[in-house]
Amino acid sequence: MKMKKMIALLAVGILSALPLAGCGGTDDENTLTVLNYGKYIDPEVLDMFEEETGIQVKYDESETPEDVYSRYKAGSIDYDLICTSDYMVEKLINEGEVLELNFDNIPNVANLDETYFEFSKSFDPENKYSMPYFFGTVGILYNKNMVDEADLTTWSCLWNEKYSDQVIMADSVRDSFMAALKYLGYSLNTTDEAELLEAQEILLNQKPMVQSYLVDEAQDEMISENAAMALVYSGEAGLAIEENENLGYAIPEEGSNVWIDSWFMPKTAKHQENAEKFLDFLCRVDIAQLNFDYVYYATPNKALYETMDAELQQNTTIFPPQEVLENCEVLKSLDEESTNLYNELWKEIKSAG
Amino acid sequence: MVKKTAERIYLGLIFLFLYLPIVVLIVLSFNDSKTRVQWGGFTLKWYQNLFDNSMITNAFGTTIFITLASALLATVLGTLAAIGIHAMRAKNQAIMLGATNIPLLNADIVTGLSMMLLFVRFMDLELGMATVLIAHITFNLPYVILNVLPKLKQCNQNTYEAALDLGATPLYAFFKIIWPQIRAGVFSGFLMAMTMSMDDFSITYFTKGAGVNTLSTMIYTQMKRGVIPEMYALSTILFLIALLLLLAMNFGSSRKEKMKMRERI
Amino acid sequence: MRKLGRQLLAGPYLVWIIGFILLPVVVILYFALTNSEGDFTLSNILAIGDPIHLKALFLSLRLAVVCTVICLILAYPLAMILNKTGRKRQNLIVFIFILPMWMNFMLRILAWRMLLNNNGVINTLLETLGLPTLNIINTSTAVVFCMVYDFLPFMVLPIYNSMARISQDVVEAARDLGAGSVTVFFKIILPLTLSGVISGIIMVFVPALTSFAISDLLGGGKVMLIGNVIEQAFNQQFNWNLGSGLSIVLMIFVVVSMALMSAHDKEGGGAGVW
Repeated sequence: MKMKKMIALLAVGILSALPLAGCGGTDDENTLTVLNYGKYIDPEVLDMFEEETGIQVKYDESETPEDVYSRYKAGSIDYDLICTSDYMVEKLINEGEVLELNFDNIPNVANLDETYFEFSKSFDPENKYSMPYFFGTVGILYNKNMVDEADLTTWSCLWNEKYSDQVIMADSVRDSFMAALKYLGYSLNTTDEAELLEAQEILLNQKPMVQSYLVDEAQDEMISENAAMALVYSGEAGLAIEENENLGYAIPEEGSNVWIDSWFMPKTAKHQENAEKFLDFLCRVDIAQLNFDYVYYATPNKALYETMDAELQQNTTIFPPQEVLENCEVLKSLDEESTNLYNELWKEIKSAG
Repeated sequence: MVKKTAERIYLGLIFLFLYLPIVVLIVLSFNDSKTRVQWGGFTLKWYQNLFDNSMITNAFGTTIFITLASALLATVLGTLAAIGIHAMRAKNQAIMLGATNIPLLNADIVTGLSMMLLFVRFMDLELGMATVLIAHITFNLPYVILNVLPKLKQCNQNTYEAALDLGATPLYAFFKIIWPQIRAGVFSGFLMAMTMSMDDFSITYFTKGAGVNTLSTMIYTQMKRGVIPEMYALSTILFLIALLLLLAMNFGSSRKEKMKMRERI
Repeated sequence: MRKLGRQLLAGPYLVWIIGFILLPVVVILYFALTNSEGDFTLSNILAIGDPIHLKALFLSLRLAVVCTVICLILAYPLAMILNKTGRKRQNLIVFIFILPMWMNFMLRILAWRMLLNNNGVINTLLETLGLPTLNIINTSTAVVFCMVYDFLPFMVLPIYNSMARISQDVVEAARDLGAGSVTVFFKIILPLTLSGVISGIIMVFVPALTSFAISDLLGGGKVMLIGNVIEQAFNQQFNWNLGSGLSIVLMIFVVVSMALMSAHDKEGGGAGVW
């Protein structure tokens, strides 16, 4: 008797949970499946979009460009819209995986600065496929009390014994190689095996003094002063500095990587109209404002930039000054052989020690 | 006496080891400071934020749904299977039990990956809530079967046969004779399935689709992004739920035992 | 006739076995034995011989063994103490013991990160006491700590169960015949709890060998276990064939270690469950 009651109770529990499950699958008509980097949109924006349009967003996150590629290529989820970095967009365009955007359906794109479409031509020559979202640099987030600022003029600080066990490197193949290649004075797009082996060697030597390899967690670790230096993206740095005034951001003089993350519609897109609505929504000034406050990377939204106060506009951590940009390189998509070589070398580094 | 003290100390140390992490999480959940360890005063705001955070509440709902649905379905399917297997010849029984053991013995990561490959490449399914549910039912089934089967073996077959001979329908005979004897096994199988399903990470991680998160996968992603204090508040709440559930179960079972004792008198 | 009718009840389950238990194994085996073009190859299986993969496998084995041994050392005396206390208190202690297990697995990992961080709770305490601080986050030590914490109950419960089953009469008979505590332990308690110990070992060793989340979250990207290699083959390198091949190797390792273990377990049957 008791058992029956128990089962009845559980059945009720399940039935009441069913509507929740419904959000996950059944209504396929008016949805939008989005893949984006972690911490890269204000959750509020997703809620607002759902409320205003009635489109249900299925939102998925990933960490690195390589992660995005694997997830998309797996084909296990039919994404409608993906945000990833320049060289990965380029790779996917080259593989014929990207659909053309119809900018007529994205009127708010007028808010974006033409400069960044110019910039995007390096990977999307005709500006057909992608829409810029945020851009920034890679540099060193450091703790002023733990690091001598004079050391930060060169990438060698990441190899300085003084900071042994105080350094956080990026758990991302191209970013970590970038630091090593720049330190050695090579291009960050090199496919020369000798140069790459040299870079691998110094990364291997560095490993014993690296505290950890992280991506999005690095910011948190720096805020709680668990490490002295971290290789991070500029926006991470900007937010961390807001939280902890002991922190600073520097780009060594050898130069670094300037990147731009863009949205594109992959071939799997089933809800193209919704995708374009979403992009239009993102370009709206109030929405761009929310996202900017949340992620703190440089926004290509000119209309928004013009509303900012001068102090913010001159925040060089977020908006890299021209001379820094001139000293920076953009990551290019590499051929398959070189990609495999990078991956193999990186795997060896990660498993060493 | 010395031995007794030593034992007490040992127990104490183990309990410290078990509870220190939980206490830390609970204390942090009342900490009014974002930087983790410094104490910034008492606050309840993380609890408030917790209920406003749709990511967390959605994951909570999904977890409850997946746990209950997978455990219930696995219990029904598994109990029927156990009865069927019990009626089989020894050789067939061995084959069925061998297959049953596969998800139990296999590493979670391999089970998760192989199911993902099956869904995506063989069945051409899009990953989502349904795939997670199927995967959970699959790894829950062995717990139910292995809990019910021993109870069936203890049953007296003749009573059931006799009931049928006396004209009872199989269904009636089942509920009057078999069911009371296997009930405890079914129930513990159900509970164990629930426990396993609730705590699973690896299999869900590989079989979930976009926008579907259980608590485990949601916390994992969150930890990869940098921890938000709402997670501590969530810990306290989950701990309280576990405490209440376990207390209720213990209370229930001790009452049952008392009833049994009375019956004997 | 009646029996046949009842056997049919297992029908749906048989379908389930074929569809969701056997077929996935076949599919992963197919991926393991082919390359990206779909041609037959053994290279994904043989890839375990690659120094990177071997290293990860050995590290996993080492950590799993260390974790299992620590769990065993902690759990056995605990089970003995539990077994000696009175019924009522025993229930309470078992209750206290199971409770943390019902907390979410991920939150338990989070807790350890808070404890072990460079600026974490333990180090802050040590600092205020003027003691040297620990530096174990992002190392395999931290990973083992958390594994022991997570898997300890799986060792305690089977040992405790097998101990509770030993009839007190047997022990008393031995004592009456003049056996000392040491003899009683080695001649009676230990042999009779062996099956519990073995199920405990299996239940700790296998998840410790194959886990990837703990090392991922506490290892700071520096502790590469075989589970991490497989996960990254799928999620970072988009090399499903390699990931499948290594999975098959891992599967073989698990099966062999189980077979070795249960060869010692005379009772057998249901060793996987407590």
